[in-house]
Amino acid sequence: MAAFGTGTGRQLHRGGSPGFRFTLYALLSIVVMFLDERSHWLESARYVLQSAAYPIQLAVSSPSAAWTWLQESFQTRDALRAENNRLRAQQRSMEMRSMRFEALERENAQLRGLRQALPPVADHWLVAEVVNVQLNSLRQRVLLNRGTTNGVFKGQAVMDETGLLGQTLHVGPWSTEVILITDPEHAVPVEIERTGLRTIAVGAGDTASLALPYLPANADVKTGDLLLTSGLGGVFPAGYPVARISEVHRDAVQPLAQVRAAPLAHVDLDREVMLVWFREASPAAPGPAAMTDTPTGNPLLQPQTAPPRPAAVPAPAEGSIPAAPGGKKPDAPRASSTAPSAEPATKPAPATKPAAPATAPRPRPDASPPAVPQ
Amino acid sequence: MSASEPRFRMLLTTLVALVLTVLPLPPWLDPARPAFLVLTVLYWSIAAPRAGGIALGWFAGLMLDVFQGPVLGQHALALSLITYIAVREHQKIRSKPAFQQALIVFAAMAIYEFIVFAIDGWSGHLVTSPARWLHTLTSAAIWPFAAAFLTNRYGRSS
Repeated sequence: MAAFGTGTGRQLHRGGSPGFRFTLYALLSIVVMFLDERSHWLESARYVLQSAAYPIQLAVSSPSAAWTWLQESFQTRDALRAENNRLRAQQRSMEMRSMRFEALERENAQLRGLRQALPPVADHWLVAEVVNVQLNSLRQRVLLNRGTTNGVFKGQAVMDETGLLGQTLHVGPWSTEVILITDPEHAVPVEIERTGLRTIAVGAGDTASLALPYLPANADVKTGDLLLTSGLGGVFPAGYPVARISEVHRDAVQPLAQVRAAPLAHVDLDREVMLVWFREASPAAPGPAAMTDTPTGNPLLQPQTAPPRPAAVPAPAEGSIPAAPGGKKPDAPRASSTAPSAEPATKPAPATKPAAPATAPRPRPDASPPAVPQ
Repeated sequence: MSASEPRFRMLLTTLVALVLTVLPLPPWLDPARPAFLVLTVLYWSIAAPRAGGIALGWFAGLMLDVFQGPVLGQHALALSLITYIAVREHQKIRSKPAFQQALIVFAAMAIYEFIVFAIDGWSGHLVTSPARWLHTLTSAAIWPFAAAFLTNRYGRSS
């Protein structure tokens, strides 16, 4: 068959004319798009496609994996010994630091009026390897080599040893796509550690910065402030380090400050990350996406010093908080100078009540993890 | 020559092009990466419109969606549209010299990228960076070489 010599008219029309077939496929695509965007009926189709795509992604990443493996296997004895020493020193300093941890935890519990110390919020975790990386200004995603066969679920927190990295987005049988906190479509509810001011950190599309677009110009924020997860939004638990403020610009004519933060996790360097399961009973566990006034169960967990919750929790308003950190903020208060404190509605004025609501026990959603960005 | 042979070569080259498309590249180089998969699908719809045609375009687009689309069906729609144009006009495009073919490919890439862009906007994933249009240029620039390569390696009867 010659390169450009096939397809006489009659044969071309086998199975309908091209126009007819195109119409068919176009309709099919539009239906698929609607289903994928507006409902979650296609999750299983995505699951199958993702498992089909996984071998290709593995193959694509194999050259760099082989290179890393080669480098590691040709490391000299001296280099290994140096690394070993360094790790040992690191472990010692970690142990020194965690020595007082339990005592501090008990003291903290006493101060809060709890009768017993609470278990740590992280239940267990799973180390996963980064198989494929997509880091451009449009998409900041990584692919991990763990999937539903390892118990990974959609909307699970992903961390490395220095801070928050992202959350799982599409989970396949053996692989998981993770949307990083630096992805322009991702937003994580944070609080400033120094002041307790709550806001939202949005990915800026490069691995070195997050944007905090909803802080008023007079907000108490300084370069070097640490950002912790606030526990709102239903995906991440409270109190995990996210980023450090790297620059603050205040413009006299702008109602909002332009604030940037540098993520603490090594977003572009990690080869191994951790998928974390959180203890649901812990007060620091991620709050539910839709707050309902279900009984909180263990009365021991009720903080006695916290202000009593208003009887009429405005449930619908709370539920309308963008469920996932990545969710698009509905009508983000960008232009409004009256409510620029990011968490829409129902939140007390920022900075005045530092951490009390964040530590209040939250009922768990009994349903599946909340919606995550699509 | 069996009838399945060109189809096999077509699928093989499409798979290789898919791998080239998702191969990780440094971020500064990434926007300039030619759309290898789109070029390969275009080539086959011009060279052998009977073998693959719109179905090839649609499935290749769906794979692209799995790898990098925010919405399933986005690249599938865009790619099946330009595949349709290429299949319809394949005889005219075939007879053109390489430079004019590259211009046609540029136009096709622009249509493709516009559809992707529009669906991005519709589904709320809008990215208005000019960098996203860069690969229409690089794809058009690489078309003559890609077409010549595919013709030499896979297009001839063996």
